Amino acid sequence: MKDTFREASHLVRLVVVLAVAIVAFLGLRGAVVPKDFGQYGHYRPGALEDSRAKPIVFAGQQDCVVCHEDQAKARDSGRHARITCEACHGPQAKHVEDPSNKPKLPQVSAICTNCHEKDVAKPKWLPQQVTKDHANGMECNSCHKPHAPKMG
Amino acid sequence: MPATRRELLEHATRFIVMSGAAAAAFDAMQGTVSADAATTNDYKMADHWWGMTIDVERCIGCGNCVRACAKENNVPEGYFRTWVERYQVGEDMERPEVDSPKGAMEGFPPSDKKDIKAFFIPKLCNHCSDSPCVQVCPVGATFVSPDGVVLVDQSYCIGCRYCVQACPYGCRFIHPETQVAEKCTLCYHRITKGLTTACCEACPTQARKLADLKDPKDAVHEFLRNNTVQVLKPQMATKSKTYYKGLDGSVR
Repeated sequence: MKDTFREASHLVRLVVVLAVAIVAFLGLRGAVVPKDFGQYGHYRPGALEDSRAKPIVFAGQQDCVVCHEDQAKARDSGRHARITCEACHGPQAKHVEDPSNKPKLPQVSAICTNCHEKDVAKPKWLPQQVTKDHANGMECNSCHKPHAPKMG
Repeated sequence: MPATRRELLEHATRFIVMSGAAAAAFDAMQGTVSADAATTNDYKMADHWWGMTIDVERCIGCGNCVRACAKENNVPEGYFRTWVERYQVGEDMERPEVDSPKGAMEGFPPSDKKDIKAFFIPKLCNHCSDSPCVQVCPVGATFVSPDGVVLVDQSYCIGCRYCVQACPYGCRFIHPETQVAEKCTLCYHRITKGLTTACCEACPTQARKLADLKDPKDAVHEFLRNNTVQVLKPQMATKSKTYYKGLDGSVR
């Protein structure tokens, strides 16, 4: 050991370079990395708040039924009872915010056939039709009421 | 006798190792705080552990979830945070025929096949609790949140695409405009405010349901108890939290 450190001057320059590099690294790291980085894990906790801050587009069933009680009741009586309003009527958060934002009525032909057009992959419990054989060119809602889809 | 070059290098190496350890200790000192402390408004992250259940026999391939997701999250055209695949599995087929035209954005054109096993598989980020996509991120831009949602820090992501390749389920993409990684957030902006996800809200058959695995009253527990469930690619050991009921072995 004694011999090793007799020529310690060899090390001085190396030590100084390393020390400067480490200080520079820590300084840069302190300046660039947010203070709370690593609070929950290896990420910036502010990212959670960023993700939460996105605007809501689909209002949710509970907001629809506040005003549209009649339609909700009609729907509850039929086989579409468990389908939410916005599943067919589209996102309505803007309409909830300001009811004068009138939503467009859904396009009946496309909205019905998306679910009810016959396909081999659709489950057997689902009522399905080959539209061109079944409807004879008529719109679905000329016979079926979408809110309570029985004949008549 | 002056120090030999070998000795000099040995000491220098020792010094470097020691300073590395010091830096690691410095990192550790900054410490991690328990998730219990985190509260925003009245939402406590520590009280939730989010996942999803999918009942394959209830999925009718209407594409409502795909459209709802695109509207809720402003997903660029041609990219998908969730999509639906149609599987057609024949006994004499070497592999199943899978299609997903425009991710099922406009539903599916009727199949011309008959007497064949066929079903729809909705897909989305599986919100794995041991996710490969998080492990490969070089900058800490993607992570599993304390409530179990895999998220991307848009301002930290450098768009290196490692995570896109690492996801075994193909659930990530690079946003064509922002050039950073994008994926399903499990509608984090909705579920933290007491709403369900856009896809679940729009699903007409309740084939997909948001699940809070930490909520003892959530129907997910009954679902997991009473049904035969499977996750996608269990051999990848990702600890996926998207549970499929009635999943066929042909699904990849």
